[in-house]
Amino acid sequence: MDTLFLFGSNPTEAHPIVSLYLKKALRKGAKLVVGDPRKTWMAKRADVWLNLKPGSNIALLNGLVNVILQNGWENKEFIAKRTEGFDELREKVKEYDLDRVEKLTGVSKENIIEAARLYSHADKAMIVYGLGVTEHQTGTENAMAVANLALVCGHLGRPSTGIMALRGQNNVQGASDLGPLPATLPGYQPVTDPKSREKFEKAWGVKIKDKPGLKSVEMLDECKRGNFKGIFILGEDPAQTDPDIHHVRAALESVEFLVVQDIFHTETTRFAHVILPGASFAEKNGTFTNGERRVQRVRKAVEPVSGMAEWQVISKLSTLMGYKMDYNHPSEIMDEIASLVPIYGGISYDRIEKQGIQWPCPTKDHPGTTTLYTDLFSRPGGLARFMALDHKGSGEVPDKEYPLVLITGRVREHYNNGSMTKRSAGINDVVPEELLEISSEDAQKLKIKNGDMVKVSSKRAEIKVRAKVTDRSQSGNVFLTFHHREALSNLLTSEHRDPITGTPEYKSCAVRVEK
Amino acid sequence: MSEHNIKITINGIETLCQKDETILQAAKKIGVRIPTLCNDKRLEPYGGCRLCIVEVKGVPRPLPACTTPVADKMEIITENDNIRKLRASLIELLLSNHPNDCMRCERTGDCKLQNLSYEYGVDGSRFEGEMWDIPIREDNPFITYEPNKCILCGRCTRICNEVVMAGTIELTGRGFNSMPDTAFRKPRTLDNCEFCGQCVSTCPTGALTDRKGRGKGRSYEMKKVKTTCSYCGTGCNFYLNVKGDKVVKVTSDYDAPVNHGNLCIKGRYGYDFIHHPERIKTPLIRKGDTFVEASWDEALGLVANKFKELIEKHGPEKVGGFSSSRCTNEENYLLAKWVRCAVGSNNVDNCARV
Repeated sequence: MDTLFLFGSNPTEAHPIVSLYLKKALRKGAKLVVGDPRKTWMAKRADVWLNLKPGSNIALLNGLVNVILQNGWENKEFIAKRTEGFDELREKVKEYDLDRVEKLTGVSKENIIEAARLYSHADKAMIVYGLGVTEHQTGTENAMAVANLALVCGHLGRPSTGIMALRGQNNVQGASDLGPLPATLPGYQPVTDPKSREKFEKAWGVKIKDKPGLKSVEMLDECKRGNFKGIFILGEDPAQTDPDIHHVRAALESVEFLVVQDIFHTETTRFAHVILPGASFAEKNGTFTNGERRVQRVRKAVEPVSGMAEWQVISKLSTLMGYKMDYNHPSEIMDEIASLVPIYGGISYDRIEKQGIQWPCPTKDHPGTTTLYTDLFSRPGGLARFMALDHKGSGEVPDKEYPLVLITGRVREHYNNGSMTKRSAGINDVVPEELLEISSEDAQKLKIKNGDMVKVSSKRAEIKVRAKVTDRSQSGNVFLTFHHREALSNLLTSEHRDPITGTPEYKSCAVRVEK
Repeated sequence: MSEHNIKITINGIETLCQKDETILQAAKKIGVRIPTLCNDKRLEPYGGCRLCIVEVKGVPRPLPACTTPVADKMEIITENDNIRKLRASLIELLLSNHPNDCMRCERTGDCKLQNLSYEYGVDGSRFEGEMWDIPIREDNPFITYEPNKCILCGRCTRICNEVVMAGTIELTGRGFNSMPDTAFRKPRTLDNCEFCGQCVSTCPTGALTDRKGRGKGRSYEMKKVKTTCSYCGTGCNFYLNVKGDKVVKVTSDYDAPVNHGNLCIKGRYGYDFIHHPERIKTPLIRKGDTFVEASWDEALGLVANKFKELIEKHGPEKVGGFSSSRCTNEENYLLAKWVRCAVGSNNVDNCARV
């Protein structure tokens, strides 16, 4: 038996081509467990649908681990040989007996037991997770709880096992790999590590600060306080896609000098002092790294509409500021990356001309790595560490005034702020506007019919959208996307964030819906 | 450990295969081409068009290569006069109910049926009989359907049901009247179709074509630029089809390691933004409540000076940059380098966390 465990991910909408792999596995007889508050395409076809309440991920995952341990379904050999901290985990999950977990999550005991059985008894089992895991104030801990489950069963380090985090944007992986992070230099080499700093200082010819900088959300907080003076925003629209937009707007209004580079005017360019035209992916050479760490070529098909691509603009700006950057082609930048970033050490344009390579790829003759952690984990000592975690729940929970939970996410046809898909012929004709997905029970209670205009309000704001009555939403939960500028759902979302990563809690805030 | 324990001969060449391989797969591996119309490596073998028939020694009738598994000591001939004659007849039968209007067909130059007719030297004149006369259907923004050009290979209906599991189209009707169609012949809407265009990507004739690309140029006029999709993080490859200085269409890259030619609505049809009139074309500098156009030199000079001034006045810790998960690796590396070298702080982040 093979098992797929899909957690907080709706791939038929957000990752349609990944979903084709999952569909193929289902056709070949794989078992499917889905953990999601929404009754998604996959949830409808699952052997077990764990319809948890938003924000109860850790309780559910602890409960699953507890069932596995109580029944002796764990992989004892794997735990003994490849992990540490198991006793603490065992003690912690004991607190999550079925009665308590059922109460916290709303998932029936039978379903929890069956999901634990299907996952732990599988020959090969893979966990595929999405932003339903990470976009919570406990996002990092949610991901750790997912890892606990995989480690307890030893479903890691072999083909068709492991944990697959689906990446929301084309180059989330690469953007994180290559250094635009306050605490790490390219290749996750910490700025606090003198050796790493020394390597880059030698190559770049500058002194690098040994203290981590500010995260994007922190820079915005500082702007609002008047403590931050200048920001260059490359291809991002925080004034539509960040949560709690009022806060973002106030921050962008306060900063003394804001430069935004983008391909279209967005909510964010409205606040800029200088707007620089960006080049679309069709107008430049480069690489993207996908969710399976595959570094793939992007090729220029037409000239940049403004004459320059971003890599040229940054080089020119840097040179004007007194730090010379001189590249004739992005391949030269990749060669520099390869010389400084061990995981990209063997990547060069000639090697990925026909097909991308999956990092880690340390040397020119290394074939790349398809499966991680086959014998060691990337920690000192090579053992994976269990984390004993507690259920905390969401930062904002429903109350009398705001009785429903709003979950935000994507639909298949549109992408993020919609600046591209809304300008693509046909797509905006088939999905022209935002729709609030609401269950028939809630709709009936509120006397809302399919297609009615409704007002959705949170403590922060209200927006007007059309209602779509659907069994995809369970009673108590409603759903909005963030694709439509005319109905900014992120005016509603809350200010709560994961304290470790700063990731906002897009997946859960309290709202009221009225006709 | 793969078990190459079956020995076969194809056109006199000996080769070792695994037991679940088909003759078609074995031939492909050693570079022997067998013509097909109903086969697509993304789909289960079907055996519908019969064009892949081959001779197997000791078997009195030709066998379809796509559905016949290899067996030990099999001796296979993939083409001889008899096979050529049979294939020619099969194509002539298909052409007997085909408009044969290649001169104005959208698929010309990229049509499997047209190419095979050329290869086997046949046209539609041999068999005469009843022909379909069904109007062209353009009931949605993305997919144009010309039923008269359908050869009933079933690729569109199979990819829709086997691979996408969307259930939009199925073979309907019986005998001469069977054709791929939606339930109750309803127009395609989001209620019954994902508009992924997978059916278009597998159609071997002009029956299903991308509506947005129609009339924009012949396949052989297009510069085909292989690239990676810029929407989600799956990393699908495809070809941007460029004519002149415009991207006019997206076509599948069937050799792509991640998506094997499969695409979704955004990857296949979400490209018009590239040439949209609202693109920002020049740098813009704020003057009061409005923005005025500026040259690159003027704008970058201003940006550089202003950042330098802020750094001098308030220190590098008060300046930073947001990089983008939408941009390339090289650009992300450069922006991080810019903040650390030209600005002198670690205040750099990307939108992965939000």
